[in-house]
Amino acid sequence: MSSVQSIIDALCEKALHPDRTVAESCKQAGKEAVGFYLYAPEELAYAAGFLPVGIWGGSTEIKLADRYLQGFCCSIMRADIEYGMRGTYNRLRAVMLPTVCDTLKCICENWKVAVPQVPIIPVVYPQNRTLPAGEEYLREEFSRVRRELEDLAGQSVSDAELEAAFAVYEAWREAMRAFTKVASTHPQTVHAKARHLIIKAGSFMDKAEHTREMIQLTRLLAELPEETCAVRAVATGLVGEPLGVLDSLRENDVAIVADDLAQESRQFRVPARAEGDALSKMVWRIADQKGCPFLYEPEKTRGQKLIDLVKENKADAVITLQMKFCDPDEFDYPIYKAELEAAGIPLLYLEVEQQMDSFGQIGTRIQSLAEMLL
Amino acid sequence: MESALTSKQLLAKLQEEHYAGAMQAKKEGKLVAWATSICPQELLETLDIDVVYPENHAAAIGARKDAPQFIANAEGKGYSADICSYARVNIGYTDIQFSEAENIPMPDLIFCCSNICNTALKWYENLAKLLHIPLVMFDMPFNHTFDIPEHSIRYMRGQIEHAIAQLVEITGKKFDYDKFGEVMKVSSDAALWWRRATDLGRNHPSPLNGFDMFNYMAMIVCARGKESTRDLFKLWHDEMAEKVRLGIGPWKEGEEKYRIMWDGIACWPHLSVTYKTLKKYGINMVTSTYPESWTIVYEKNDLDGMARAYSANYANRNLDYGTGNVIKLVRDFDLDGIVYHSNRSCKLMDFRQYEVQRRIEDATGVPSVVFDGDQTDPRVFSQAQYETRIQALVEMMEKNKIKKQRGDLK
Repeated sequence: MSSVQSIIDALCEKALHPDRTVAESCKQAGKEAVGFYLYAPEELAYAAGFLPVGIWGGSTEIKLADRYLQGFCCSIMRADIEYGMRGTYNRLRAVMLPTVCDTLKCICENWKVAVPQVPIIPVVYPQNRTLPAGEEYLREEFSRVRRELEDLAGQSVSDAELEAAFAVYEAWREAMRAFTKVASTHPQTVHAKARHLIIKAGSFMDKAEHTREMIQLTRLLAELPEETCAVRAVATGLVGEPLGVLDSLRENDVAIVADDLAQESRQFRVPARAEGDALSKMVWRIADQKGCPFLYEPEKTRGQKLIDLVKENKADAVITLQMKFCDPDEFDYPIYKAELEAAGIPLLYLEVEQQMDSFGQIGTRIQSLAEMLL
Repeated sequence: MESALTSKQLLAKLQEEHYAGAMQAKKEGKLVAWATSICPQELLETLDIDVVYPENHAAAIGARKDAPQFIANAEGKGYSADICSYARVNIGYTDIQFSEAENIPMPDLIFCCSNICNTALKWYENLAKLLHIPLVMFDMPFNHTFDIPEHSIRYMRGQIEHAIAQLVEITGKKFDYDKFGEVMKVSSDAALWWRRATDLGRNHPSPLNGFDMFNYMAMIVCARGKESTRDLFKLWHDEMAEKVRLGIGPWKEGEEKYRIMWDGIACWPHLSVTYKTLKKYGINMVTSTYPESWTIVYEKNDLDGMARAYSANYANRNLDYGTGNVIKLVRDFDLDGIVYHSNRSCKLMDFRQYEVQRRIEDATGVPSVVFDGDQTDPRVFSQAQYETRIQALVEMMEKNKIKKQRGDLK
């Protein structure tokens, strides 16, 4: 037990201190960091010798970003611009940001002016991603990003280096899928907050290093007896934050046994196809992503995906962590809400912001859910 | 007969025919599409599919103050009050299906183009899912570079070809490329006359009152591929050219004292008060970013050119392009000020507004104000705030005028 707990504690510690973790990871790997948010061709940056690290905002007071963004902008992006302007991201050689929503399109433009010391590489994902023209476009887009990263690194990236980087990421994704599966049967040891932080730590570490930790943790966890909890829930939304929400979940013995979060499972739930080179596999991983609010999908399978996750993980409910002002998520909600209701699955809708500091009301609602399901 | 009509009368007639025609088409069992405002409607026109535009319809509902019931309906289904109010009105309408303001037939297919925003993509995705109908999606990648990249054009062209195949399957008709060429020509001509007419706002005084432009815009949105639309804009142009010749300004009474640009969509539920407040101070809105948005001009049968033209919409371009565009408007239209509508519905326009405002002021010295509002949700706008901001703008514009007279400002 102690070694499971010590691995968990160490990973949580890394996730709670991104700045320190990134500095250590860079030093250890002898690399410089490149930031990314949501979707980005991390493998390209890794192949170019950089350490891709997540920039998923944070709980901070917004002052400087008000120069660029109105108050009704997504709090993650306001925090990213704030940190950028404040110099928190000066360690980063560049950031890769996708233009998958209207806010991100504007952030890419504002970044150039607001954070000139950290170059931005926008990545335009095609929405018609399953058409041959869309796949070809994404391949060319990734090739452009590769050239920009090569310029930044001052060296070219060989195909062999890209294949090797892709293999590192594919191994990480496999390890993460294995971990979430085992974690779902150990909801006490891997409670909501621990689960989130263990996964998030991977955003700030070298993926090869995080993979090693995850494989070991998963193996040790699997040896422990299975655990129970009051409520087994599936989380959906952008991120499993703020942490105050996760504290409330734990206090009420509500565990997250599976997720459909942009920062968590959506990063690793799509395995690569067997055929093709690394670049093609990267393109297809986007084409094969289902139920993501940021990628066009006329069938809108998110509701069914949530229903499937509930069944596969013997969950009792779905919890929506709705990041306020996130349009793509807000548009999906009424659709999957109706589908979950039809399937008889309880749904708890929690509207969150990164800068929120009072969780009393959210705690009460979580408590009500737990009592209802008892 | 039509030559006897004024452009205003013709506009009213065409608008009525547009909506009535779509209702009639539905009754007769013809296919009806719902489409986004700046989409390649040429494909639908070629296949004789009747098209209505939910954005235009929502604006009409907003202007006639009927939006709240539809907004309440959508919010009751779980749609956040923070998402686009056109979307909320339209989604509410799919349920209620009747408005005292204006009615549209329910669609048989959905036609969406992401050059105006990604919000449209999410909204239309929901419509197709809720109504169980096919969706034809044009994705126009956001241009974070000044120019439109070649690989984007190839991607868009591939989508046009895919959309034609989809539409042929949906309609069971053959795609007539000769007719397509003709529609492309009419659409380009209509766009050119729209541009020529709105360009007359450069004159002193401007014969164009920008709030009239908002009204005429309905036809460039709804019927760009029709000869009647081209003829309407030509007539409107000729009427205003005559006003220019006679030195007639925008209003029957009152002098055009200040010339401004309005950035963003109109505040439809408060159209009258926003207009009258400006007019009270002698402020004429002589232009906006809209004349450019519908200047969709390309050579007949040039699919790449068509893709490029649609992708070049202001909202889909980067900050440098957007800023350059507004600086040009300030100079071409000899503007005294700018009013920025911080429109709660339109994040794509809003979240670049502050930087655009700073750059324009730096480059031109033209003062500006920002006010809070919304395109159709009446709850966001405050008349007191609007009036105060406009008063502040008048003061700044007046100071500039004095400086100009002294020769301190060019």
